[in-house]
Amino acid sequence: MQRFWDDPLNWGNAGIFVAGAIAVLAVVILFVTYAIYFERKFIGWMQFRKGPNRVGPLGLLQTVADVAKLLLKEDTIPSKADRGLFILAPVLAFVPSFAVLAFIPYGLKLQFADLNVGFLYYIALSGITTIAVVVGGWASNNKYALLGGMRSAAQMISYEVPLVMSVVGVVMMSGSLNLRDIVIAQEGYFWDWNFLPQILGFGIFVISAISELNRTPFDLPEAESELVAGYHVEYSGFRFAFFMLTEYIYVYAIACLTTLLFLGGWNPPFPQLDFIPGLIWFFLKFAFIVFSLFWIRATFPRLRVDQLMSLAWKVLLPLAILNIFLTALGIELM
Amino acid sequence: MSEEIENKPNAEQPSGSAPAEPVAEQAAPSPESAPAEQPVAEQAAPAQPTAEQPAAAQPAAEAPRKETDEEKAARRKAAFEAKQAAKAAAAQAAAEAAKAAQQANAATPAASAAPAASAEGAPAGEPPAPPAPPSPSQPRLNRVVTLLKELVAEDAVEESYINEPNDHLPTLVIKNEHWLQSAQLFRNHTELACNYLRNVSGVDYETYMEVVYYPWNMDAREGYCIKVKADRELPSVASVTPIWETANWNEREIYDLLGIDFPGHPDLRRIMMPDDWEGHPLRKDYVPLDPEV
Amino acid sequence: MIRTEELLLNVGPQHPSTHGVFRIVVKLDGEIITEATPVMGYLHRGTEKLAENLNYTQIIPYTDRMDYVSAMTNNYVLVHAVEKMMGLEVPERAEYLRLIVMELQRVASHLVWWGTYLLDIGALSPFLYAFSDRERILGLFNELCGARLTYNYMRVGGVKWDAPDGWIDRVKTFVKDMYVRLDEYHNLVSGNEIFLARIKGIGQYDAKTAIEYGLSGANLRCTGVDWDLRKAEPYSLYDRFDFDVVVGKNGDCYDRYLCRLGEITQSLRILEQALEQFPGEGETMGKVPRVIRPPAGEIYVRIESPRGEIGCHIVSKGKAEPYRLKFRRPSFVNLQILPKLLIGENMTNMVTILGGIDIVLGEVDC
Repeated sequence: MQRFWDDPLNWGNAGIFVAGAIAVLAVVILFVTYAIYFERKFIGWMQFRKGPNRVGPLGLLQTVADVAKLLLKEDTIPSKADRGLFILAPVLAFVPSFAVLAFIPYGLKLQFADLNVGFLYYIALSGITTIAVVVGGWASNNKYALLGGMRSAAQMISYEVPLVMSVVGVVMMSGSLNLRDIVIAQEGYFWDWNFLPQILGFGIFVISAISELNRTPFDLPEAESELVAGYHVEYSGFRFAFFMLTEYIYVYAIACLTTLLFLGGWNPPFPQLDFIPGLIWFFLKFAFIVFSLFWIRATFPRLRVDQLMSLAWKVLLPLAILNIFLTALGIELM
Repeated sequence: MSEEIENKPNAEQPSGSAPAEPVAEQAAPSPESAPAEQPVAEQAAPAQPTAEQPAAAQPAAEAPRKETDEEKAARRKAAFEAKQAAKAAAAQAAAEAAKAAQQANAATPAASAAPAASAEGAPAGEPPAPPAPPSPSQPRLNRVVTLLKELVAEDAVEESYINEPNDHLPTLVIKNEHWLQSAQLFRNHTELACNYLRNVSGVDYETYMEVVYYPWNMDAREGYCIKVKADRELPSVASVTPIWETANWNEREIYDLLGIDFPGHPDLRRIMMPDDWEGHPLRKDYVPLDPEV
Repeated sequence: MIRTEELLLNVGPQHPSTHGVFRIVVKLDGEIITEATPVMGYLHRGTEKLAENLNYTQIIPYTDRMDYVSAMTNNYVLVHAVEKMMGLEVPERAEYLRLIVMELQRVASHLVWWGTYLLDIGALSPFLYAFSDRERILGLFNELCGARLTYNYMRVGGVKWDAPDGWIDRVKTFVKDMYVRLDEYHNLVSGNEIFLARIKGIGQYDAKTAIEYGLSGANLRCTGVDWDLRKAEPYSLYDRFDFDVVVGKNGDCYDRYLCRLGEITQSLRILEQALEQFPGEGETMGKVPRVIRPPAGEIYVRIESPRGEIGCHIVSKGKAEPYRLKFRRPSFVNLQILPKLLIGENMTNMVTILGGIDIVLGEVDC
């Protein structure tokens, strides 16, 4: 499947592509359902309470109930809002997030599309979501939404830069932007993985990723206590569900990328454990990253918008550039 | 309380069983109403004219048959009120005597022969109640009154006394037209130096309005109570917001709820009630425009 | 040149961070506030007017509802004023009970403040920890007087209910546990980099401004002024106990934060001593006349509530109802400094500053 553009385009092949896309979407939606459930459960346990436990056994059907509720709600569009843009914004936010899932490899042979440009593809598409956030904030005709949209635009653009720069070191070490090649370059056990030599890049990547995802401590665009939900304050029902879905799909994508770029993808950490299939390792590392995101959300307060900006431009960017120099030095000397 | 004492002699006049009986029956349904209380009080009051006794004895003989709980409660209440009234009257007399003595004391800035003689004369001419010992805040009160007399105006202080239950707080009543200057004195004079304004209250006495200030000297840890009167029709007291910023919202609240105007206030508008409200709710004669509100 | 406009934004009355029904109309230039006008009165219930028709015991439930987070201190200011006017003696056991509940109330109120303040700043978890501790205190109050929030507990001359069996021991256990929890809270939050960056240097004013605006409580002590009514004008039995007054230095939000958490520690100290000295038996109500009629006169009494100086000014004409009852509410007076502090600040800092003043709308509006 990985080089599907090499195959002739006939109805059979098109059918396979569509089925593959639907399979990816199904997996991701299953992930989103249970990521939301586990987020609420973990944060609840960290706060001395139980989290959802009523709907279904152990509350497992909670997200299903929530999504059903959102789908059944009235579709309100504020009367003075810009109708076209208002309806466009959630779609514009969701489509790139779904498209980004195409190039993620789960194993040597398990991937929807094997693109040579790999990581660049992710960066290009996630920028479109930023546009969608601004469009949503503007089209709502609400000052709070506008403030949230502006903040969000500033934040996402600022943190794209350290995000990309931190990966440059990995790319230099692996010699390729293709994600499969990057994992193959980390073939081995945990001392071969990229997070050790690229520890600085790893740190910057994780921080920038949390900010790209608009999660605490960088969740200003949705700061409940100040902006009453920021850019999606006027959205309700399934339009709001789209924004939430987008956010969680990006969580999925970032967690996968962290696993692939820094934690060795599907490679086992110890030689004694390499009878466990790579997919399980991928899933375990991925789950660990997602759990850390939830943990950070439960613990830290929020950063102020000017502190956020100064963190991106004055701290993370110089460190990322330093990382590139050190990597270059390392490659030359070794 | 005083009405109790005054009405008793009035009520004593219609003697005879006939009015007493129906009034005793009146006492059953409404023991709380004032006219009903007096005849019941009559029955319970220890000191009764003998002419009343046969008249009172008859209804008293019949009343126990009909005496309900309300009557019992009313009777006990009236007895208690009578005792309280007597106590209050005695306390008030003593307080007034003490006030007079202290005002006589306050009126003498420095000991001089003639005022000293009159001061001695005043306590000597007191009723049998013993003269109250001088309050520890008395010198402070004297000093404040002197300063105000010298630096503001001769007649700036209308009244001054010590409020004993309130930890001997020196209390002054300052004339409305001299208030702004006096406030500045309280703030700026080195001996007074009241830089903290604790509380500003407005009170509606039915014939006049009053604003009560409690300035406090944070360094010396002492304070005063100042009252400024204003007349009822167009009440107006100079605003002290330029002097103590604390007064800003307090005065707005008093304006809103009582209608006292504060010329000199930077932003006098309603604070609690909606901006288009009519009337001033805390006044004693306030009738809401919309009776359902 | 780009033409920019000032944005007029309405924060509230329904807003997650305004601590009640409170509205601030802010003029924004981008994200900087150029002017802020507070609008209040949404919770004005006319307590002072109602009080003119009720006798003093009937007013006590109304005082509960003014500062509903700290109802015991409100009860106390009213009954203390009446007792002072009438010169009544309160039995020792009743006075100890009053002091214990007031200090427990102070801990509960500061926990609410801490939890909600951190929630405004963005940390989700401390809110739940604070409220789980507060649940224990409310459970203790429930055992004592039957209510969790509006107690109606004190009466002129004493208290209504005596402590049930074992209550004192339960309070002792709570105090011991609370010390441990307070250490955990300091560990979790007080040193956190993000938190310090959000709070330090925000909303700063000096002692002169604080006294000028009539601030009280932690808002005044954070500037370095050592003014705590429990030590400066001792009431109840506070002069029997050994405790410190927590004073700050810089007058910013961080110092207010430390002052309030320090006050929790001091309250726990007072509680320990009070529970030690608690009399084994005694009356809960003193010799009080059946109808409470303070003699004609005027009085102004003030005590230290968790928010500052709460005062009760009563003008009595010798009747069972007060002629005029005015409450000097600390939140109302403390809030006056808000417009001044907000000029030139960020929208985000507005929430931080408003939370740092610690207001309760029931008290602002009375």
